[in-house]
This record gives sequence, C-alpha cells and structure tokens, in this order.
Amino acid sequence: MFQFSVVNQWIDEFLRTYLSEGWTLLVEFVLVALLVLTAYAVLALLLIYIERKICAFFQCRIGPNRVGPFGILQSVADMIKILLKEIIRINKVDPFLFRLACFLVIIASLCTFGALPFDGGLHAIDFNIGVFYLLAVSSLGVVGILLAGWSSNNKYTMIGAMRSGAQLISYELSCGLSLLSIVILSGTMQLSQIVEQQSDLWFIFKGHVPAFIAFVIYLIAGHAETNRGPFDLPEAESELTAGYHTEYSGIQFGFFYLAEYLNMFIIAAIAATMFLGGWMPLHIPGWDRINEIMDYIPPVIWFFGKTFFCVFMALWVRWAFPRLRIDQLLALEWKILLPIGLINILLMTLLVIL
Amino acid sequence: MEVKDIFIRNMKTEDFNENEYLEEYLKELRANGVNIAIAKLDELINWGRSNSVWPLTFATSCCGIEFMCLGAARYDFARFGWEVTRNSPRQADVVFCCGTIVHKMAPVLKRLYDQMAEPKYVMAFGSCAIGGGPFKKSYHTVMGVDQIIPVDVYVPGCPPRPDAMIYGMMQLARKIKLQEFFSLSERDVADRAHRMEAVAIGASENSQTEEKGGEQ
Amino acid sequence: MTTLISDLFTRFPYASFESKGNEYSLTVPPEKLYETASILKKNELVSFDFLCDIIGMDYGDSLGLIYRLNASAYPAYTLALKTSTGERENPRIDSVIDLWDSADLYEREAHDFLGIVFTGNPDMRRLFLRQDWKGYPLRKDYDASPEANPIPLENEKIEDMETLPVIDLNSDRKIEPEKLFEAGEYVVNFGPQHPATHGVLHLRVALDGEIITKIDPNFGYIHRGIEKMCEAYTYPQMLHLTDRMDYVSGPINRHGLCLAIEKGLELEVPERAQYIRTIIDELSRIASHLLGWGCMAMDMGSITAFVYGMRDREKIMDIIEETCGGRLMANYNVIGGVMADIHPDFQKKVKDFIPYMRKMLKEHHLLFTGNPIARGRMDGVGYLSKEKAISLGATGPTGRASGWRNDIRKIEPYAAYGKVAFDEMLREDGMTFDRYIIRLDEIKESLHIIEQLIDTIPEGAYAAKTKAIIRVPEGEYFSRVENARGEFGVYINSRGDKYPYRVKFRSPSMTLVNTLKAIAVGTKVADLIMLGGSLDYVVPCIDR
Repeated sequence: MFQFSVVNQWIDEFLRTYLSEGWTLLVEFVLVALLVLTAYAVLALLLIYIERKICAFFQCRIGPNRVGPFGILQSVADMIKILLKEIIRINKVDPFLFRLACFLVIIASLCTFGALPFDGGLHAIDFNIGVFYLLAVSSLGVVGILLAGWSSNNKYTMIGAMRSGAQLISYELSCGLSLLSIVILSGTMQLSQIVEQQSDLWFIFKGHVPAFIAFVIYLIAGHAETNRGPFDLPEAESELTAGYHTEYSGIQFGFFYLAEYLNMFIIAAIAATMFLGGWMPLHIPGWDRINEIMDYIPPVIWFFGKTFFCVFMALWVRWAFPRLRIDQLLALEWKILLPIGLINILLMTLLVIL
Repeated sequence: MEVKDIFIRNMKTEDFNENEYLEEYLKELRANGVNIAIAKLDELINWGRSNSVWPLTFATSCCGIEFMCLGAARYDFARFGWEVTRNSPRQADVVFCCGTIVHKMAPVLKRLYDQMAEPKYVMAFGSCAIGGGPFKKSYHTVMGVDQIIPVDVYVPGCPPRPDAMIYGMMQLARKIKLQEFFSLSERDVADRAHRMEAVAIGASENSQTEEKGGEQ
Repeated sequence: MTTLISDLFTRFPYASFESKGNEYSLTVPPEKLYETASILKKNELVSFDFLCDIIGMDYGDSLGLIYRLNASAYPAYTLALKTSTGERENPRIDSVIDLWDSADLYEREAHDFLGIVFTGNPDMRRLFLRQDWKGYPLRKDYDASPEANPIPLENEKIEDMETLPVIDLNSDRKIEPEKLFEAGEYVVNFGPQHPATHGVLHLRVALDGEIITKIDPNFGYIHRGIEKMCEAYTYPQMLHLTDRMDYVSGPINRHGLCLAIEKGLELEVPERAQYIRTIIDELSRIASHLLGWGCMAMDMGSITAFVYGMRDREKIMDIIEETCGGRLMANYNVIGGVMADIHPDFQKKVKDFIPYMRKMLKEHHLLFTGNPIARGRMDGVGYLSKEKAISLGATGPTGRASGWRNDIRKIEPYAAYGKVAFDEMLREDGMTFDRYIIRLDEIKESLHIIEQLIDTIPEGAYAAKTKAIIRVPEGEYFSRVENARGEFGVYINSRGDKYPYRVKFRSPSMTLVNTLKAIAVGTKVADLIMLGGSLDYVVPCIDR
C-alpha cells in the first residue's frame, strides 16, 4: 500500500540538504498552503459541476453540456465571470463587517479543509486533538453568516442570519455528540490514529449499532450544518430571495458560494474519516485475498470515493425533499436527534467498557 | 474579427438570421483599432462571461410561464449553463424581462436594474416588453422596457416559444463575445451614462434594498 | 326557490324587481342599499351569503354599482342588486364590508376605477393604480393621454406606518382613523419582485419573530387596464385579452367571454364545438393544476417536483399547440364555436395522454404527497372554514376543500358538461393538505371527463356562422365558468353597438389573496409562501 508520507520525507530531506532549518520550514509552509488552496478551488469547481449534473439527472434534464466536453468547464467559466464581476459598494451597510463576513466564512471552511487526512501523510497538520479542532473551526463559519446578515442592513438577510444562527448552534450539538461516540470507541482524538485503527475494520462495523446510529445522526446534523435543503432555511430561495447573502455581489458572493459547496465536502469527508475508515481500504478480517486486492487501490481514491458517496447522499436528499419549517427544524434537533445522540453515547460507552 | 468569426459552440453562425446589429456594434467597437496583446485576454474573459450568464428570476406575466418551461425538463437551459437563476439582483447577470411592464412596475424594474452588478444585460421577451404588444391601447402600460432601461436582445412573440428564447440567449452570448473588457463602444458609454443617471435618481431615495427587504 | 325569493322581495317595497330565468335583479336607491343588502344576507328564508362580485358602472349621467349575490344553498340562482347615485363629483355609497368579507377588495376596486367612496370601509386607498394617479379610468370622461399620467421613474413612497385615508366621519357607522401598521412592528416587504409571489404581488407582512401578525396585499403591478381596453375593442378583438389574464387556464376564460356574447346574440353553438371546447378546457385545467402543484412544491423548496409537473405539462402543450396553433395562448374559442377544426391526430394524442397522466399522477403522489416532510408542512396549517370560504368568496378548489359545493360545471352545466358523468371533488377539512390533494384529484376527474368525450365528438360544423360585424343587442349579460382557480365571471353591458359599453371580469384569484390575508395570520413566514402556493392565484388575473 503506497503511502504519501514517503513523498513528504523525500521533499523534506531534499530541502534540508540545501537550506537551513528555518528556510526549509518556510518553503514547506508555502508549499502546503499552495497545495491546500489549489485543492480547495479545484474541488469546489468540481463539486459545483457535479451538483449541477446530478441535480439535472434527478430532474430528467441533461444539465451543463456545452462548455468543454460534457460541460466540464462550466464552473471554470462561472469562476472567470464571477471574478470579474463588479462588487457593489452598498450604501448604509456596515462596511467593515460586511467585507469581513465573507472572509470569515471562507477562512473557517478553508481551515477545516486543511486538517483533513486525505492519505497517510497527505495531511497538512496532524493535531492530537484533530476531532476537536475540526468541530471548533467548522463552527466558526456561523459567525461569518451572522455578520453577513446583520451588516447587510436588509430584513431578509437578517431573518436568514437569525435562522442560521439557531440552526447551526443546535445541530452543532448533535454533530459533536455523534463524533464523540467515535472518540470513545477509538480512545483518541488524533485523526491519523483514528484512521489507523480502522485498518482491520471500519468503525461503522466495529462499533455495531451505536456507531451506525451515530453515523446517521452525523449525516443529518452535518447536512443541516451545510445549510442545504431540506435544511436550507437561512437561504430559503422561495422565502428570503437569497437569505443572508442577498446583498453580496461578485466574488464576495463567490466566497459564500464556494464555502457552501466545500462545507458539503468537508462534512462528507469527516463522515468518511470517522465512520468509513478514511483512506483505509475495505478490510474484512479473515478474508485475506480480498484485503490484498483492496490494497491495490490507492488510498486517495478510497478517501475520495467514500467522500463522494456521502456527497451523493447529501445531493439525493437535497433534491428529493421539500424544506422544513423553522419550528420543525428545531424540534427535530432538540426533541429527536439530541436525546438519541445522548443515549447513543451511553450505549457506546457500555460497548467499550464491556 | 468579423461577426462570422464569432464562434459559439451552441449554434452555427450561418444559422443566425439577424446579424446587422452585431456588425454595426462591432464597427463601433473596433473604430479605434484593436490591441493585440489584450485581445487574447479579452477572448478568455468573454468565453467565461458568455458561458455563464445567470438570469434574475423576474417575470411579470404570461412569458414567465414560458420562462419556467425553459428551465424545466424539455427545453432545459442548464445545457448552456444559464440555469443558475438568482433571486437577488446583486448576483444576476441578465434580466429576462418576461411580460408587460406597467406604470406602477416601471420604477421597480428600474431599481432592480440599478441593483445589479456590472456587466449586466437585459433581454426583452415578448411583444409587451418590446413595445406594449396587445396592450398598446392601455392607459397603464409602458410601451416597451427600453423606455426605462437599455435592452440588449429583443425576442418577439406572444409569448415567445422557449426555442425562441434560446435563440435570443444565443444572440446575447454572441454579443458578449464581441465585447472588450478594457474598452467600451460609444453605445456602451451612452448606456452607462443612462445608468449613472438612473443611479442618481435611486440615490435620492436613499435605499437600495427597499422593495426587497426594506430598511431596518 | 321562486316563491322564497318573491316572499323575500315583498320586504323591499321601494325596490323594482325583474327576473329572467334564474337571474333576478333588484334596483334600490343608494340610501336603501345597506338595509337591503343586510336583509338579503341575514334573512331566514334564503340567505345570500356569497357576494360574487361588485361591478362599478358609469351610466353617463350617474355612477352605479351592481352587487352580484348568490345563495350557497341555492347556487343556481343569482341576484343582481343594483343601485346608482346621481352625483358624479362626490359619489357615496354605504359599505357592505361588515356583511361580506369579499366586499373589501371589490369596493376598493370600484373606488379606484370610478371614484365611488364607500362610507364605512376603513381602507379607501387605490387598489391598482398609484395613489398619485390622476383621474378614474373607467369613467367615460377619463383622460387617457400619456401626458396626464407620465411613466413614473421614482418608486412610490410606501411608508410602513401609513395612515389609511378616512372618508367621512359623519356617517352613522363612525370609524376612527386607523394606521396600517403599528410603530414597533417589524414590516417585511414580499415582492413585487419576489420568487414566490406567483407574479408581481406585493405583500407587506408584519412579523413577530417568524410569526405573521398582519398582511397587507398591494396590487396593480401588472394592471394593464383590460376592462377599459375592451370598451374600445369590437367583440372578436376583445377575446384575445382574456387569454392573457389567467394565462395558465386561458382557454377557459375565453370560453366564459364567448358564452356571455353568445348569450347576448342568442347564438346556438354547434354540438361539435361544445365538445371540443370542453375537452380543451379540461386539458388546460390539467395543465394549470400541474403548474399549481409544481409551484406549490417549489414554494416548499422541492424544485424536483416542479420540474416533474412541468414535464407532464409539456405533453398537454403539444396537444394544444397542434390544434390551436399556440402553446400558452391557445386563442382558440371564437364567438359561436372554435377557431379551427381539431387536428387529425388530436384524438389519438389525447387518448395516449390519458393513461400516461394516470401513471404520472401515481409518481407525483409517491414523490410529494407521501413525503413525510411535505405532509408535516401541510397538515394542520391554514384552516379555512366553510362559512369563511363563502364569505370570502373563495371559489374553486379552495372553497371545495372546505366543503363548499361551488363547481359551476355542476351548478350550471355549460358546453358539454351536462352530458358527462363526473364527481365534484369535495373535502371537508379545509386544511392546506386538502387544497393540495384536491387539485390532484381534479386532474383525475378531468381525465375522466375527457375520456368520455374524446370518442364521441359529433360530426358537424366547428363554429356557427356569425355576421361580419357583431352587434350584441342592448342589455346586460352575465356568464360564469369554472376556471382552474374558481368562478370566472363575465359581465357585459351592451348598448347595441359593436363595442361593449362596459365589460367586467370576475377574477377568482382576487378573493384568494383576500383568503390568504385571512388564513395566514398566526402562521410562520414559510407557511405564508406555502399557503400562497396552495391557493394558487394568478396575479395578472387579479390586476387585469
């Protein structure tokens, strides 16, 4: 099984032979940052294309097919356009907060994205509190959304932001609880170790019923955190025109747009890492021949395969269900998901102890 | 570059019937010569812009239903990448002006147009939006949206079929392909002056957000 | 019924009384209007509890009003309560707003078009035109030149804390000046350009958090003055305007206008034309319900359902296009029949469509009706009682979902409806879900009607011969048809000329917006949008 850490070590040694300690680190930081940024942008464009295509197929349509082969360059064209679109200076907004908001949203999602383990070693930073970091940073996005809604000086954005605040803070609990059950199972918060522990069997199988329940809860709550249908209340198109980003134009809107898609990817990637074994191939104890065959598939492909499976599930739900009402949304979290999540943790603890 | 050289993937040049306007427009644009160095860059920009035109969902009456058909399964304007309909004018590139505009709606349309970010385009769908149509004799109809805002493409019909709407979209795509990012024709300058005036009127009313959200 | 009415009419010694078939008319002096209306509504013999329409008239020397009343217990009988005021400068008539809820918008409309002031109605703002509009367009001496009312470039100043103009504090029923919204209320504007108002409707909504406390609809953003234009058009020219009112069920509207003119001309429409009209009407009803279903789903955030609805609607558009020549604007009915004979493939295509649509209806139910989120949203929201529905004049599927039998196809079978067996869909609960499901049931019933007619279209002429210049004899003619949204009424006042003297269309959608105002208070913002979808109004039909 090829591990990306070999490449890392080679680059590190190569740089150290020519440069001093400090310079090596600097070059490495810049390299990592460039890599993460590029991957972020490319993935976002890819996701936008995928969503438009899949949505079209759900609706008996064809979807983009004119720009490039199979319309694959569609989102590139969108990016060029949106980069050169005018950014309107709006009267009577709070200019500092208004501009800050879109950066906060994208920085939060970028920071989360950077901490994901794509492969053994293909991992910008491997905290020993990785899970904690992911949860903490990904929830910073809500500050950006609240600021966007507040600073726009518009009633629609205001309602959108308030809905978003209520929604994200509520669902953060379920997200945290379901991930916590995996932390109990694995005994660590370090993402690389969590993935390593799944080398014989993924946690969703290892953890029996509690892990499966946690997985389902995480998918629902995570989906709600990405503000996508049926939980797209903050930007409910038929109610609030465009929700909290109604007043944003040009690339400022582009930031919200990119962050929305990347958040979907991040939630799917965390689900894949925590429950479906991350970049680990599918190993079934006892079936050695199959396990060997599985090892031939590179880990990066495993990671993206699992992630896109989760993304597809999210899209499926998105395009099949109508939107919830705000009271139903909160009732779902506080009356159903949260109690189940708490009981689930108890179950998981019992499972680990016994 | 001539009009026949504008290549858009969706339709052959010889299939277009109306070229006079674009030829004139091109002549105006090229009056001061072309800068080769930035022409290539322009091409890239125009490729992006012409392939990603996001319409504003704006429909006042009958033509709006045909606009819905355009977005639905059979006609599917998503194929051209136009399906990202934005409800907020800030994020839209083109107003599909579907339906009659009346006296009470005229200032609203004007404000919507002012709220959009550059580059912005207007397509007038149907005979009402072009010149009053069947409501020519009415006391309350605006005889064509071009009395309020500059129009790029007119699509006749009452209402135009979705196919005709797609033809209009292709014409707009060709117009965008002709434009230059770094220079403007006299017509565009005139349009812009028109817009600045519009903004000045809007500014005296001190709020951009009123008909969408109102002030807090 | 006849004896009941004549018994009732003995209570109005001051009134003059006429009758023609099932249509009765009662003329009273303006000062007796409120008293008469009150007796008509509140008597124990036959309560006229449904105010169908108020038609404002300019008789030349005087301004008048015609109140079209129905009794929900005897829906086949209609009563026209007429009054006129001699004064043109300052015409006043007592408001009947406390008797019928639907009177509110009708009175404002008459005020807007003719300048009649209703004493007792607290809200005498103009309904369609801007508040600064000069003149009253439906008066015969109106100055229609563009110089009188130039195109405005500035938005109308709309203040949230607007005070309603109070007319006449000296009348018997005193009212205090009222403010539209209180100072502390959080007022949000939905529209005129908003994705979910089904056209350019402007709703001003006062919110308490997410809960709606007050709604003020604002019309006129697509008011094209169709009624005034009709007065300058000949009868065949007029027909084209009806398609453009309620464009999603255009052929039905046009059918209604043709019926009124044919009534005036006493023209016998050939059997074949009757059958074709009925089939086209039902096809457009299906198309309209599919669009309504899709739009309601889209309002609730399910875009996929909308696309599915549109996909099936395209099949109907194909059939209509082949026979009528137009997709959306069929322009098919003419006076005395239809424009052209049916296409040779028409019957085959329609017969193919019926099983297809039945199959797709199952899919629609699977996709949306059975969806737990959709059910959760629709159940128990937006209750409309039968009494309220009648008082508001919410005809069509909305009224039937509340248990009010108001299907004109049953009450007054026109065209070929008398020859087919079909059920009037009726539900009792009056919830959003009932209004939703009744549309899908009506699609099924329409398919059933078409199935019975399609094979039995009789041979013969597709249109009766009419004179080159059509002059409708002097008189008043009223017809009503069952539009996809409710009762579509046409009133024609002819003075024997080739132009009508006055034309009034009764829009089913206008009362539906009033219904929205009544049922949406206390619900959430998301429900407001969904309720709008469930009522399925078409704004250009309201504004005309």
